[in-house]
Amino acid sequence: MSSTNTSNTPTHHTSTIGSIGTPSRRNTELALLVFAVLIPVFAYANVGLAINEEVPSGLLSYGLGLGLLAGVAHLVVRKFAPYADPLLLPLATLLNGLGLVAIWRLDQSKLLQSIEQAGTAAPRQLLYTAMGIALFIVVLIFLKDHRVLQRYTYISMVGAVFLLLLPLVPGLGQNIYGAKIWISVAGFSIQPGEFAKIVLAIFFAGYLMVKRDALALASRRFLGLYLPRGRDLGPILVVWFISILILVFETDLGTSLLFFGMFVIMLYVATERTSWIVFGLLMSAGGAVGVASFESHVQQRVQAWLDPMKEYTLSRAGQVGHSEQAMQALWAFGSGGTLGTGWGQGHSELIRFAANSDFILATFGEELGLAGIMALLLLYGLIVERGVRTALAARDPFGKLLAIGLSGAFALQVFVVAGGVMGLIPLTGMTMPFLAYGGSSVIANWALIGILIRISDTARRPAPAPASNPDAEMTQVVRPS
Amino acid sequence: MSELTLTVMRLGFLAVLWLFVIVAVQVIRSDLFGTRVTQRGARRESARPQTDRRQQAPPQQRQQPAAGGRRGRNAPSKLVVSEGTLTGTTVALQGQTISLGRAHDSTIVLDDDYASSRHARIYPDRDGQWIVEDLGSTNGTYLDRTRLTTPTPIPLGAPIRIGKTVIELRK
Repeated sequence: MSSTNTSNTPTHHTSTIGSIGTPSRRNTELALLVFAVLIPVFAYANVGLAINEEVPSGLLSYGLGLGLLAGVAHLVVRKFAPYADPLLLPLATLLNGLGLVAIWRLDQSKLLQSIEQAGTAAPRQLLYTAMGIALFIVVLIFLKDHRVLQRYTYISMVGAVFLLLLPLVPGLGQNIYGAKIWISVAGFSIQPGEFAKIVLAIFFAGYLMVKRDALALASRRFLGLYLPRGRDLGPILVVWFISILILVFETDLGTSLLFFGMFVIMLYVATERTSWIVFGLLMSAGGAVGVASFESHVQQRVQAWLDPMKEYTLSRAGQVGHSEQAMQALWAFGSGGTLGTGWGQGHSELIRFAANSDFILATFGEELGLAGIMALLLLYGLIVERGVRTALAARDPFGKLLAIGLSGAFALQVFVVAGGVMGLIPLTGMTMPFLAYGGSSVIANWALIGILIRISDTARRPAPAPASNPDAEMTQVVRPS
Repeated sequence: MSELTLTVMRLGFLAVLWLFVIVAVQVIRSDLFGTRVTQRGARRESARPQTDRRQQAPPQQRQQPAAGGRRGRNAPSKLVVSEGTLTGTTVALQGQTISLGRAHDSTIVLDDDYASSRHARIYPDRDGQWIVEDLGSTNGTYLDRTRLTTPTPIPLGAPIRIGKTVIELRK
């Protein structure tokens, strides 16, 4: 801010601060999107060449299908959210495309074809992707302003609890391999928890926006921590209790961790008090240990985490109730090494059950190696980063909290699944967003990306031109001469 | 399929995947935007007649109806930094909240050792009166000579002092 003026009048440099007219970045998005469709097509051809020694016959239709879906999504964003973040859509498309390739690759395995329902997963996943993108488009067209969701704060709470309780309804809920998180409607298995994630984020955002001052300011200081008042502890206790109930009745560690973690993250962002994180960690640790002490399903998961080799030997010896998945997944990562075996040349089908859903990351780990896994985790990290960036840029507190809640839930889910498959934490029955086979997961995550794009469009939209101030305008002065 | 082709494809795929990640990060880099600072120093000469004319404006104001109902004629239109490293910076007042502090997302980012990261904010109340509020800063916010304890209306031209920075509202 230096003035080059050297006259002897007092230097009088003025500068004005204003927001930059943000470019819409839609062409950047289109270029990245083309890239994001071509990479899975390359991978698809690679799998075909490696397994069947020929370019797969479905290459053109698969590439066109994915390209068409991405193109339609792009056009809708161009029309209805022109200032949205340019990275979210390409990142999600790339992950979804790579997931489709990995599922198709596992479909080719003779071993998996001999097990139930394998062999036709890829076409169904493409159908789910189409449904997911359809929901994404619906969100963008009908949700003109994310602040509308604020009106449904308490309805969202009821809705989320309803969705979470659905799997417990007799006749509707299904108990699949120990976890009661599915319902079956008209032949389809649906995981209501995936949708509850979004609905619950809306409730937390609306609730915390109203209550955050009370939670942040009314506190006593004790040992360097801000202790909230007893009555302000109410909501966190209720959410904690609900997530413990999920853990006990649905025996699903992942979902319960996801919901409680999301609430603690949003509470921290709303109040800027570190003490909530400390409380949250203590409460989740206490809850998990407490439940694990009497729930056999959770105990078994912890056993398999502590000693996967023992679990593997027991399963090999023919003992019922043990599974060799965890050890096979670790071996898959190990045999992948740094650069991997190459598409279609690994043996991740040895994981057998859930190889293409919960354990899909092991396939990537074996065939793309550490280099590929790092890239994938970075892609997830970028999605989360764009979500947090959206929260920073959002002007309204509700949008901020909703964006941080959704991206926090996304990040937690990636951590819980990737950590479980890699043996960092006990394994839980959750799916890797966009990569894993599963309709509910893909559809719900596309809706999540849709809401994030809507918030980022509002946040990045340039402010309307300020109404001209009559005082500042040049006025014509009539001088009496 | 020969071993060589597959190895090339394997490494090629990883390269393409990482290329995408790098391109995405580049997009983020080019996407960082904050506030634009327009420098007017060089155009001081051309700006001068405007200020002259504005000084002669008061007789004119009678002809203007009070702008926008509640906002009286004495409503300030801009915030000016009159002392400190940011001297000369102006921000147009358009009903938005202005945050002051060292935090990089503040409206006015103070480069001042005596300022807190979220030092104070200036916002209009429901009647359009501009209010300054200290946000629990370490060294305090002063209006004239008094340290602020509660949100206080700002008289036109009164100096608000934060560390070595002085801010005023002007018409």
